[in-house]
Amino acid sequence: MENPPLRPSTYQVLEQHGVDRRSFIKFCTAMAAALGLDATMVPQIVEALENKPRIPVIWLHGLECTCCSESFIRSSHPIAQDIILNMISLDYDDTLQAAAGFQVEDIRKRIMKEYPGEYLLAVEGNAPTKDGGVYCTVGGETFLSILEETAEKAKAIIAWGSCASNGCVQAAKPNPTGAKPIHALLPHKTIINVPGCPPIAEVMTGVLTYILTFGQLPELDRIGRPKMFYGQRLHDKCYRRPFFDAGQFVEAWDDEGARKGWCLYKMGCRGPSTYNSCSTFKWNNGVSWPIGSGHGCIGCAENNFWDNGPFYQRLSGIPVPGIDSTPDEVGATLAGAAVIGVGAHFVSSVVRRFGQKPAQPTPDSGDKGRGDV
Amino acid sequence: MTTRVVVDPVTRIEGHLRIEAMLDDRNVIHDAISSGTMWRGLEVILQGRDPRDAWAFAERICGVCTTVHALASVRSVENALGIQVPPNADIIRNIMFLTQMVQDHVIHFYHLHALDWVDVVSALKADPAATAALAQKVSPSWPYASTGYFRDIAGTLKKFADSGQLGIFQNAYWGHPAYKLPAEANLMAVAHYLEALKWQKEIVKIHTIFGGKNPHPNYIVGGMASAISMQGDNAINMERLNYVRGLIQDATNIVENLYIPDLLAVASFYPEWTQIGGGLGSYMVYGDIPQNGIGDPSRFRFPRGVVLHKNLSEVLPLDLADSGQITEEVAHSWYEYPEGKKALHPWDGVTQARYNGPKPPYKQLDENGGYSWLKSPRWKGNAVEVGPLARMLVGYASGNTEFKDVVGEALGALKLPATALFSTLGRTAARGLETRLAVRWLMQEYEHLITNLKAGDSATADTSRWDPSTWPAEAKGFGFTEAPRGALGHWLHIKDQKIANYQIVVPSTWNASPKDGQGQRGAYEAALLDTPMADPKRPVEILRTIHSFDPCLACASHVLGPDGRKLSEVIIR
Repeated sequence: MENPPLRPSTYQVLEQHGVDRRSFIKFCTAMAAALGLDATMVPQIVEALENKPRIPVIWLHGLECTCCSESFIRSSHPIAQDIILNMISLDYDDTLQAAAGFQVEDIRKRIMKEYPGEYLLAVEGNAPTKDGGVYCTVGGETFLSILEETAEKAKAIIAWGSCASNGCVQAAKPNPTGAKPIHALLPHKTIINVPGCPPIAEVMTGVLTYILTFGQLPELDRIGRPKMFYGQRLHDKCYRRPFFDAGQFVEAWDDEGARKGWCLYKMGCRGPSTYNSCSTFKWNNGVSWPIGSGHGCIGCAENNFWDNGPFYQRLSGIPVPGIDSTPDEVGATLAGAAVIGVGAHFVSSVVRRFGQKPAQPTPDSGDKGRGDV
Repeated sequence: MTTRVVVDPVTRIEGHLRIEAMLDDRNVIHDAISSGTMWRGLEVILQGRDPRDAWAFAERICGVCTTVHALASVRSVENALGIQVPPNADIIRNIMFLTQMVQDHVIHFYHLHALDWVDVVSALKADPAATAALAQKVSPSWPYASTGYFRDIAGTLKKFADSGQLGIFQNAYWGHPAYKLPAEANLMAVAHYLEALKWQKEIVKIHTIFGGKNPHPNYIVGGMASAISMQGDNAINMERLNYVRGLIQDATNIVENLYIPDLLAVASFYPEWTQIGGGLGSYMVYGDIPQNGIGDPSRFRFPRGVVLHKNLSEVLPLDLADSGQITEEVAHSWYEYPEGKKALHPWDGVTQARYNGPKPPYKQLDENGGYSWLKSPRWKGNAVEVGPLARMLVGYASGNTEFKDVVGEALGALKLPATALFSTLGRTAARGLETRLAVRWLMQEYEHLITNLKAGDSATADTSRWDPSTWPAEAKGFGFTEAPRGALGHWLHIKDQKIANYQIVVPSTWNASPKDGQGQRGAYEAALLDTPMADPKRPVEILRTIHSFDPCLACASHVLGPDGRKLSEVIIR
């Protein structure tokens, strides 16, 4: 028997698994489509998967609820099985790992030693920093120390979800454990923030496969989010947007507007201040999304969203240059079909205001975001 | 001489759990401690917030059993404010609840628990034709059972093993003498591990339809946000309902033709595990799946009650509002009560974190001191187990024929007496049996919704008390559900339209709790006693029993800090 290469490429593994070349090319084409890439990029994907070895991945869990892992295994394209068996080597992940106890920690240490600068670190959750980190320990060590140790020689670091990216619920006031997002704990590292509570499954697998395919990090915005998935405001691509523009709003749960699918702005929807792919990809293979099922967006991908509530209080007091009106008034005006031109001007002004980027986050900043809208 | 076996992290669970087991010189466990090693302080964070927002915070306690905390939370607010949700809202919530239970139990069996019983490496030796014959015998109605199918799976597995990159399967306990399945059964289980992984992303689409996403779908106080409009295309309509129906049918197929046959097949090879891991022998169920509103426990599909000391001839009544029944203690927890060791009802819960464990990194905990971020909840002073086994036993002991039939059928197939249920294997089997009930009820709830719609009732929310100005100055309430892992309760105190107090007592706290002031062990600790271990360095026996409870530690660790009080004090020694 010929000696196999030390670390086979994704294609070699797929081939070993009985996947023929035709299916492989189809897979690459589907992946290009999933990533929103032009068909001319398919050869580049094929080339990358044919020649690149499976990358070792260490997936750590800190203070979190495991919704990110759950979301990850909901991915429809590619499915979790393909990723775990064919695309990466998921060497450490407490949620799915067969081994337990010291055998697991041995794996982590071995990967760090054998693949310095080559393994990918995925972090779900964040680290408590108060009181020496005693609020989260694994194998008798603080999660904080494990994170710092594992990050040191990682090739790249992905912060899954809002916990790792921006602190999420345990960092909400008064943040009893001093929980901090990963970028605040590893200030000298480049970190890919993939926020959301949880992030959309196909966004997670899209980020991962982009890195595997192109051998580089996706282009990030100034708060570390991949532009390809966090560049759009929900409101701009919301299918209920025409109702906002027309001033038709849900006024109470289960009212006529709710049954007709009108705009949820008055029920507190954070679509106008949230950057995510929900209004494009939707959730669970495109079945629906929060607004599509009648509840406003709670802004779960935005910094400090827990402290930007209450959730059912509308984004209020939107100052509009030149026009002293609010969507309530505009709605009333439009319902009277009087001044469409003014309404259009107002809407475009609101869009400009909403369109402003949120302020640069700080690890444990307090109220932010609402005032920025 | 005592050997101390430490398992940390316990993997294939949610959250961070540490087990320390003390073995005698015959390698039999004579004492054990269960330690939750994380704390997030959600109840502290909930204070001062709008009660209508609480469900979203509480839901983030756990993403594995997503929805259950949201459900308990909206029920607690509705209970406090006297809101009765429309029947359709109860039905949609029941559908979402049952969807969660089915998905969670199937994932638990295949992806979190199976590797305790299934030796993946042994599957490499399986003969595909013999595996196909076995699979067709085990489940004649499951379509993927050809020799070619299993040859492909075996090929995939072999090449994965040959590649040298074993990923999540590396360094495990393969070849351990406690693995008893023949190679063909192992190969069949590996194939079904992959089938179940593909399917689990489908059933959750029911949550997406009614709640917008999964994990963490949306709820509202007063009902559900997904309005129904049978004459429109922008709300729940016939297309959406057909989608739900199809997903329920697929789930029924998976449960009846994959999960249950696999469960019985695996169980038949491990009869000794009906004698191990029984633990406390006392069981508690809050009950759920209302048929006449949440205020009428007599019409719950899961009956409420307590069974003490394996006495199936009596089901004791339970009251969540009675301050003498459900209490929490902190004798071995890293918390402190102002009044010392007195047990407190959740409505009166006052606690401050006080870490007095060893300074990390540490090698072992002190079983005589504080050793966990979990408290010790007790019912009338009794340590009790919650979860699927508790539900099946309380249903069985209540004389409910649905429960008696599924239990009787399984015991008959395995030729086991009812006492076999008081065990590790009994716990694992009970989870499967209640999943059979759950898919059955799922379709019944769906049909119930259709019946209501036919009768012209499409209401999904009661908004009469949505506006906080309609609320009393002060109100107390509790909400509960039967989460996949057991009885879950939220206790809430609203003052001046804000949350003054929020206390959560979750299933894994009941099960994973440390000893109380009387020295009574929690359910995990009790269940590990008297377990013989073949190889203390490869603790597969500990994993079997602990996984049979399906631990969820993000849920379990909590604390409440009263207003203005110092939230935590840490003493490192």
